[in-house]
Amino acid sequence: MNTPPDLFYTSSDEWLRRESDGTLTVGITDYAQHELGEIVYVELPEIGHKLGVDAMFGVVESVKAVGELHCAVSGEVVEINVAATDNPTIVNESPYQDGWLIKIKPDAEADLTGLMDAAAYAALHA
Amino acid sequence: MPYFALTPADRAAMLETIGAPDTDALFADIPTALRDRAALAFAAMDGGLSELSTRRALTGLAAKNTNAEACSYFLGAGLYDHFVPAAVSALASRGEFVTAYTPYQAETSQGTLQVIYEFQTLLCRLTQMEMANASLYDGATGLAEALIMATTATKKKRVLLPRNLSPAYRRVAATYTQGLPIELEEVPFDPKTGTLDLEVLQTALQSGDVAAVVVAQPNFFGVLEDAQVISEAAHASGALLISVFNPHSLGILPPPGSYDADIAIGDGQSLGLPLTFGGPGLGLFCCKQKFSRLAPGRLVGLTSDEQGRRGFTLTLQTREQHIRREKATSNICSNQALCALVATIYLATVGASGLREAASQSFHKADFARQSLEKLPHIERAFSGAHFHEWTLLLPISVAELNQKLLEHGIVGPYDLSRDYPELEGVALFCCTEKRTREEIEALVEAVRLICTTVSTA
Amino acid sequence: MSELLFELDDPGSASDYLPPLDVPEAPMPFAPRPTLDLPELDEHSVVRHFTRLSHQTFSIDTHFYPLGSCTMKYNPKLNEAIASLSGFAGAHPLQDEQTAQGWLEVLFRAQNVLAQIAGLDACTVQPLAGAQGEFAGLLMIRAYHDKRGEGQSRRRIIVPDSAHGTNPASAARCGYAVTSVQSNAQGNVDMDAMRTALGSDVAAVMITNPNTLGVFEAQIEELCAAAHQTGALVYMDGANMNAILGQARPGDMGVDVMHFNVHKTFSTPHGGGGPGAGPVAVRAILEPFLPVPHVKQTESGAFMWDWERPDAIGSLHGFRGNAGVILRALTYILRHGGAGLQRVSSDAVLSANYILARLKGAYETANPNGCKHECVLSAAKLKAEHGVSAWDIAKRLPDYGFHAPTVYFPTIVKESMMIEPTETETKATLDAFCDAMLQIAQEAITDPDMLRHAPHTLKVGRLDEAGAAKCLNLCWTTPQEAEECETPGPAKRELAGASTY
Repeated sequence: MNTPPDLFYTSSDEWLRRESDGTLTVGITDYAQHELGEIVYVELPEIGHKLGVDAMFGVVESVKAVGELHCAVSGEVVEINVAATDNPTIVNESPYQDGWLIKIKPDAEADLTGLMDAAAYAALHA
Repeated sequence: MPYFALTPADRAAMLETIGAPDTDALFADIPTALRDRAALAFAAMDGGLSELSTRRALTGLAAKNTNAEACSYFLGAGLYDHFVPAAVSALASRGEFVTAYTPYQAETSQGTLQVIYEFQTLLCRLTQMEMANASLYDGATGLAEALIMATTATKKKRVLLPRNLSPAYRRVAATYTQGLPIELEEVPFDPKTGTLDLEVLQTALQSGDVAAVVVAQPNFFGVLEDAQVISEAAHASGALLISVFNPHSLGILPPPGSYDADIAIGDGQSLGLPLTFGGPGLGLFCCKQKFSRLAPGRLVGLTSDEQGRRGFTLTLQTREQHIRREKATSNICSNQALCALVATIYLATVGASGLREAASQSFHKADFARQSLEKLPHIERAFSGAHFHEWTLLLPISVAELNQKLLEHGIVGPYDLSRDYPELEGVALFCCTEKRTREEIEALVEAVRLICTTVSTA
Repeated sequence: MSELLFELDDPGSASDYLPPLDVPEAPMPFAPRPTLDLPELDEHSVVRHFTRLSHQTFSIDTHFYPLGSCTMKYNPKLNEAIASLSGFAGAHPLQDEQTAQGWLEVLFRAQNVLAQIAGLDACTVQPLAGAQGEFAGLLMIRAYHDKRGEGQSRRRIIVPDSAHGTNPASAARCGYAVTSVQSNAQGNVDMDAMRTALGSDVAAVMITNPNTLGVFEAQIEELCAAAHQTGALVYMDGANMNAILGQARPGDMGVDVMHFNVHKTFSTPHGGGGPGAGPVAVRAILEPFLPVPHVKQTESGAFMWDWERPDAIGSLHGFRGNAGVILRALTYILRHGGAGLQRVSSDAVLSANYILARLKGAYETANPNGCKHECVLSAAKLKAEHGVSAWDIAKRLPDYGFHAPTVYFPTIVKESMMIEPTETETKATLDAFCDAMLQIAQEAITDPDMLRHAPHTLKVGRLDEAGAAKCLNLCWTTPQEAEECETPGPAKRELAGASTY
């Protein structure tokens, strides 16, 4: 299981990355894509959609399982990964890079301190 | 005892392998008091008959039912006595089809899966809709599912149901939506033509918050609607159009896709299924492909195996209850697969020409029967709208009385519309399929003449 | 692979089945559709096509079919013979009641005998399948609370996490919120978790007994009492009734409402997915809410449809339910009688325990203390050590001439395989199946790669289910018409957390 060190992790198996422009990129972890199996469908919100803390923002589906996507911080969706909805397999192949899902502009009070670091997340699924 | 495969010797050997003294030991986890009460109750049960005695008992009950083999049926109202070629039941009763389970394991169920895929395709072609599912319970529950899907898709609550839609469908819609945020609103019919009141419809659509308009084509009175106009009105206000169709009529009538229905539902009984006291029927569900992820029930898709050979499998199962649980698009699990098989074989057997011929004969015979009955004194047409194979007449006596007397002539008469429409006292809904002969129609006309003349001169 | 009907289309070849029109032809008052794009085949080609397809279908008539939770027992031919009698097949539900007394008596007797089997007071045979039975049962519960003025406050249904998916889905259809409670390691409802979840806002608890691990809930009476104490009712999913026919009655346990799956317990055919029927039996307090119509007997002994039920939840079907399916179930029940039905559960439980005893050395089991009508094995160890999953085993069994068990359900057991043999299999068949399972456990060690590509002897090999979902094709079009879509190809995938039953 691959858990890059520079990311924040949630107990519902999403990762968040702080970008230099202040946005946050969100995706699912390597563990999650492996548990789901071959992903056949990705549903993402529209750009401009406002998300509350832990709001469900979409789903990823394999043939026989569904993963609901939750965003740990509140904010506004500023970009979605159309490549992932067009070709869901990239979420399996590259969950942390090409297979990212959404970018959000976090609200001012957004706080990542409650999230896990890579070591804690890896320990969760050890 | 019937159907058991284990011998006493088998049971003894199996218990030994298990390491249990007797079969009672296998139930030791059930509290004794519960077991005692069950034993007492089961000891008091009827039955335990030989096959011959069971058959005699049930054949005796069957003999008490008037049926379409013995009488001429002019009764329809949603369930029709059509002719079914012998090949249909011969093939559909093959044990491989009848005794298979849901095709969850695709490789061992290619026969069932290909049949459903062919069913979906036949239905798409018959209705000119983009997709069809593997079946729902019946037409009425199909409508209920369509209403739920339409309100989900549009995020609106109001649904317009015409009063000239089958009362049974309206009852089931009410049952299905009672716990859900869906508002059913009735649209009246024009008392002269029997068609949907377009003015009321337009008014109801003005606020733009209607999820769907339902149109039955033909409607419950057998009358044909101007589906194109209703469709345009619905779409202009942002509502979806749900068409309730009779698949047999699509042999000659314009299909729901031709008037841009978003969802089309119906009952497939008229495609080769017997009457069987109303069930099993066959719920048909078609819609535009953009709604595929909201659709209820099973879907079969085309795929291939590791060597690239064509095969079929259940697909988009993440919509369904066994995966999505309370968030599923529907709670349906078992459907009417075997009935879909019958419809598939029926359509394959009669082909385009056979369906067109049967539908066309149904219309012509109905029209001939209507005209002949209208010529009788004291009888007039109830609704002036054009019909397919059902039509309404206003009688000088109650429909119940007519039917009582028709039975003496070996005829099962029309449906009594006053049962559901107090405003239609004395209005009878007749039906004629391709199966009725001129002789039977003439016998009906003569019987009605006798009955109505006697009564009105009495 | 067989050709599709649409590839066999031979326009003009269809036989004719009707005599020429014998009435004058009138002008049609509508424009008939210009085209009707249905295939035409001669009758012999139709017969050959469907007969060939039937050969590509595993069924009870052809194969041992140990799908757990599905009760794939022999479907007696007598049932079919009775249902095809013209007095039954040719009757219309809207014909006069006097002319349908035989049918009404069938449904009336079914209502009574099913209530008796359930140990409850009344029964409706209107629901069309188990899931609709659940829906009807929950609507009755809702109506009951409404009538008592508690409808607004009781908005939750408690469902164990091991329950069939239809349970929460049906609850949602009634507008209820679903609270899932965890099962303990034995698959039993965790009574502490249940007590915590219960409260004055709970309308009902849904349970399955025996549960989906094939284990009888020994605390069932305690559970029902706890629910009743808080004013909630208890709904029982009757999917597993084949285990306890005549051994324990839900009504005696404290259950208030339950459904039967007659295509499981009472031998009506599954038909490749349906039709079924889901009669619902209830305690007297729920009787006023039974759906319409209900069959009743008048003082003169005649049978009639009762529509005058002001508290009824409504009707569930365009006509009168899947009467033909109920008729088959009644035939089966009459043939067996009480003693026969007790033998059903006894032999079913014996057969399941025999399989468990023979296989528990080669696979882990969730039933260390025995089971009822089905046993749950796990391939978790084979998966960890040899990379062979329950899915691979399910795909290999057909090569030995057996249908797969249910796999990945219940979800609370990893790599689960749920095996339900029923009472209608010979010991020789059970032994042959166990031998195959033991052989496959060996193959997992010696040739795991072969297992991962099974089956090897059918008309098609392992099918690409992900490809079917990604490149959706639900309706045949000619290659020219087909939209461009990447051809589904072979792909390696895992099926974690999947349920297939």
